[in-house]
Amino acid sequence: MEVRVLAFARLRELCGFGERRVVCPSGATLEDLWRELARESVEFAALRPSTRFARNGALASGTTVLADGDEVAFLPPVGGG
Amino acid sequence: MIGLTAEPLALEPLIAAVRDDAHGAIVTFLGVTRATSNGDARPVAALDYEAYPAMAQAELEAIADEARARFGPLRIAMLHRTGRVALGEASVAIAVGTPHRAAAFAACAFAIDALKARVEIWKNECYADGARAWAPNAEAAP
Repeated sequence: MEVRVLAFARLRELCGFGERRVVCPSGATLEDLWRELARESVEFAALRPSTRFARNGALASGTTVLADGDEVAFLPPVGGG
Repeated sequence: MIGLTAEPLALEPLIAAVRDDAHGAIVTFLGVTRATSNGDARPVAALDYEAYPAMAQAELEAIADEARARFGPLRIAMLHRTGRVALGEASVAIAVGTPHRAAAFAACAFAIDALKARVEIWKNECYADGARAWAPNAEAAP
């Protein structure tokens, strides 16, 4: 299956994309997807404790199982205002 | 009038949006780009705001709903800039109208505090020396 991954701010800079399609195995969770992408950057991996996940526009836990066509987002601590 | 905008902010349209003959108070808030960041002596030249538009819009509307539930009846307008915001310009504008002033002050404070803690917007500080840094809010979760 294929999901669309969005990364923002510091995470976007570290992983080198703002949006990318990623193929992942059936049954993969948000945490699995994060780990797969984190293999490419130690700095990116180190930001896991401060990163929240979203799936299809709603906050979601790492154990959430992904479905084909999902929009996944990696969210650093916010800084609006 | 709730959402994100790439255009400069002015209070008048927000005030007009919340005006109501049943209301005796309108409280407004402008968040303005400051010359220095907390704990950092380097002068700031501008801020660049990035957002996840779909989630930011939904969260702003959720905050407005919570303000109505806690402090209503009220009318509320909230706009946040995206993109480059020069020093001295407003990055966020809020207006709240209520029958009496106490609820308007309380709801406006609630709205900006919740925005800074929860809304999917990120701030990149651009310093006068050309350096840049992401600046999360102290109140941001987790």
